[in-house]
Amino acid sequence: MYLDSGVSTAVKILVVGHFGVGKTTCIGSISEIEPLRTEEEITEASIGFDDLSGTPDKTTTTVAMDFGRLTISDEVVLYLFGTPGQERFKEMWEELSRGALGALVLVDPERLSDSFPVLDLVERFGLTYAIGVNHFDGTTTYPLSEVREALNLSAETPVVTCDVRDQRSAAQALITLVNHLLSLID
Amino acid sequence: MRDEPDHDLELTSPLVPLFVITNGRSLPPEHVYERTTLVSAHEGASAAARTLSPEARLVLDLVMDGFLSVAEVAAHTHLPLGIVRILLAELEESGLVITRKPVPRAERADRELLNAVLDGLKARFGA
Repeated sequence: MYLDSGVSTAVKILVVGHFGVGKTTCIGSISEIEPLRTEEEITEASIGFDDLSGTPDKTTTTVAMDFGRLTISDEVVLYLFGTPGQERFKEMWEELSRGALGALVLVDPERLSDSFPVLDLVERFGLTYAIGVNHFDGTTTYPLSEVREALNLSAETPVVTCDVRDQRSAAQALITLVNHLLSLID
Repeated sequence: MRDEPDHDLELTSPLVPLFVITNGRSLPPEHVYERTTLVSAHEGASAAARTLSPEARLVLDLVMDGFLSVAEVAAHTHLPLGIVRILLAELEESGLVITRKPVPRAERADRELLNAVLDGLKARFGA
């Protein structure tokens, strides 16, 4: 359960996507521990009420978030945080994106438009990202160029097909992201 | 907009109100305890544990034998992340825990770290 005693540096990558896209499965495939869950309270403005009062109603909601861990070397541990992609979680995004290496954005080729709010958040918080097109069982594969076009991605954003249930495939998607991050430094 | 607010809240609401657990303390600034801040009990911390609240003690006991991230402390104790942060602030002020904070981002550190992450992923998954 404990980290190796020499581990001194923790880094994080966010695994983001809309509900049901496979974030937790992806984390479970890569994590060395059973994925864990944090619960936390967020405040959010109730939309649609008191628009003119200047004091929007605030409500408190408990959000559960799954995460995993992978010891990378004697000194470095990587945490993967599953991050919900809705606008109402932007308070959490602020903290989660701080210091994050980047984000793996999982998309469902059958529900590409559901990924727009996710991409909006990723870009707003300045995260470098790669797209993992999660290949669900029995779905037809889509040409990646179509996905790229539908999501209006820049030419340099990597897009890979993956099956996040498969450990190597999920890891390959992460490797694609890390290679992309390195390419931006070099 | 909100059909079942109580259902959500019941997930984490302990039998005592949260402000009791934390002695009425408020949240420390978030950056003090990131999810990835690593925490371990200070040597000799167990002797002092007697005077702590049950929840602070739960946290301290958990990290008695090694380092865990703040996120893991919250997950294993089933306490909300915000409460864990407050309890850790209390424990650190009393000299009972030590922390290793995540390195701030800097280009050179990033390159080294990213290479380490890349090598680690490749070695681990044979990719």
